[in-house]
Amino acid sequence: MTVPGAWYLGLAALLFTIGAVGFLVRRNVLVMFMCVELMLNAVNLTFITFARVLNDIGGQTSVFFVLVVAAAEVVVGLGIIVAIFRRRTGATADDLHILKG
Amino acid sequence: MNAAYVLLAMPLAGFLVLLWLGRRLGEPGAGWLATLAAAGSFVAAVVMWLSLLSKPASSRLVIKQIFTWVPVAGLHVNFALQIDPLSVTMALFVTGVGSLIHLYSIGYMHGDERFPRFFVLLNLFLFSMLCLVMADNFLFSFLGWEGVGFCSYQLVSFWFERDRPPAAGKKAFVTSRVGDFGFLIGMFLIFAHFGSLNYTNVFSGLSAGHPGALAEVTATGIALMLFLGAVGKSAQLPLFLWLPDAMEGPTPVSALIHAATMVTAGVYLMSRISPILHYAPDAQTTIAVVGAVTALFAATIACAQDDIKKVLAYSTISQLGYMFLGIGSGGYVAGLFHMITHAFFKALLFLCAGSVIHGMHDEQNMKRMGGLRRWMPVTFVTFLIGWLTISGIPPLSGFWSKDDVLLAAWHKSHALWAVGFLTAGLTAYYMTRQVALVWFGQARWEESAGQAAAEEAAHTTRGRPHESPWIMTLPLIVLGFLSVVGGVINLPYGKWDFLSRWLAPVLPPDPHVDTSVKITLAVVTVALALVAIALAWVPWTRRAEHPDLEPAVLQHGWYYDDAVSAFVAGPGTDLFNFDAYAVDAGVIDGAVNGVARLTRSGGSLVRRLQTGYVRNYALGVAAGAAVLLLYVAVRGGQ
Repeated sequence: MTVPGAWYLGLAALLFTIGAVGFLVRRNVLVMFMCVELMLNAVNLTFITFARVLNDIGGQTSVFFVLVVAAAEVVVGLGIIVAIFRRRTGATADDLHILKG
Repeated sequence: MNAAYVLLAMPLAGFLVLLWLGRRLGEPGAGWLATLAAAGSFVAAVVMWLSLLSKPASSRLVIKQIFTWVPVAGLHVNFALQIDPLSVTMALFVTGVGSLIHLYSIGYMHGDERFPRFFVLLNLFLFSMLCLVMADNFLFSFLGWEGVGFCSYQLVSFWFERDRPPAAGKKAFVTSRVGDFGFLIGMFLIFAHFGSLNYTNVFSGLSAGHPGALAEVTATGIALMLFLGAVGKSAQLPLFLWLPDAMEGPTPVSALIHAATMVTAGVYLMSRISPILHYAPDAQTTIAVVGAVTALFAATIACAQDDIKKVLAYSTISQLGYMFLGIGSGGYVAGLFHMITHAFFKALLFLCAGSVIHGMHDEQNMKRMGGLRRWMPVTFVTFLIGWLTISGIPPLSGFWSKDDVLLAAWHKSHALWAVGFLTAGLTAYYMTRQVALVWFGQARWEESAGQAAAEEAAHTTRGRPHESPWIMTLPLIVLGFLSVVGGVINLPYGKWDFLSRWLAPVLPPDPHVDTSVKITLAVVTVALALVAIALAWVPWTRRAEHPDLEPAVLQHGWYYDDAVSAFVAGPGTDLFNFDAYAVDAGVIDGAVNGVARLTRSGGSLVRRLQTGYVRNYALGVAAGAAVLLLYVAVRGGQ
């Protein structure tokens, strides 16, 4: 018995919503970061699903690009977060609103 | 034709070397170096002339490209030299007369504390003037045009520690600027219509003389705008008033820039655009009328001036008017011929005047001269030559060229001829008055020199006038010789019209006048000149004061300068203030500042969106994505 594609898509949508809501409501920078990863991987799951349903290798290829970009983003993002935590302890994202226009 | 490079390189090199080493070379080394550069340039001009002469008349046009200057799309301007009979003629007399005046300046500027600086500027002037005449496009010519204007400004205000020279320099600069504005507009019109500023490109379609090649309105617009430039540079009505003031500069400058070369740039420009003038008969008439009126107007003023240089300055304006009269009447060769002979005799007269001023210890008032012929024999004889030449006495060169101009004017309109004829009489009159006041009559310098002469006498062997050194009299003799024989370059007999045939590839031929008319007019003009000389000779050799012959209105130059000054100082200033503070600061600056203010206030409104809270941005992204999705969903549903 094969799992239908719609289930995967539903799971992906659920994951994305969790990620999006988490990103909007949480203030801990690290948690927000994890939420971003959650959203990215929800998208990846969508790609894979369509690749299987439509029998098109392009979807799987896109996932690799997303993974690479995500890895690069993590490196830069974590670097910034570490730099921030060195200067101030227990900073939340809202504490950094000094960058406002 | 590589001599063309040398022609320009010599004065440029002289300028650069003197700029760095002038002070070290000092006096007279700097002067000799500059003179050498000018002389080398003259030799190059002669070489150019000879090699052009060896070609057949139809192929006497060589373009020497130096480098591409403005390679913008649609506008392509090169630093290139145009070697044709017209430019070579100009180069020949500019460098020839220029070399002589350089040599003279070594003597004249002797003892001046800024001796090297003078020659730096003189060489720069020569370079700019050669750029102006050798350029193969309007823009390059304009560069030279501005260059000579700058040098004129610098040299007029050369003695800047005094009061009047800097003011005179400024006046010359600002007045010429009005004309330069016309030159620029003319150039824009040419580019708009022909799509090029290159002489060859612009004129190639026109010289064939197709009737429909150029609309008359366009041609008239271009010609009049460029003529405005010429009016400013060549001191014609209504912009002539800077030239008399420019006499505050050292006398060699007056001779070189304000008599022989720079002021003739306008005449050159008008000859250069002869193919355009061909399509603009109204512009030609304007040029002729302005020239004739200026000639007469300036000649009347010259009759009542006391300053030896002022007389010559007004005389120069008057003679330049003749040249424009010739060109406006279609007598291009006549105009250029008169320009060349004028360069000889007017440079001669100015240099003689400089020699007199030098010998009189900086006295310029003719009323305090008199009887100088005994003390300065060489200057005296050469001055006499200049006097007879400008008065148009045959067979001196001035007679032939003035006659050609008057013939062209006769062909155009008898009224114009009459004005020129009257001016010829006045010319003979005021020059005779000058000769009588300076060289004949009683010596008035002894009684009036007073304290200055007594002081001078303590320094020199005697406070009397003295002849100038050979370095100053040599150029006088050469120029005197040229003034006498200069006419042979264009005699109206058979094969003697060298200049006409030489310029034939570039310029249209002069209008034809019957020989009988020619002879009659020449005889009448000479008779008038002789009568005028006699009329001036009798009173002015007897006494120096004839108030009835010098009405105040002429002494003040018809109050033209005063009127312009009053206008500029009164309503003019208000107008300019309105322009500067209301129009410029209010409207133009207001528009520019308004745009900036709008951007700023718009920015300060929008910047509130950037709160610094990441979740706000994320919400924005999410909302944007939702809107996009909604759009796609709705569109997809259709």
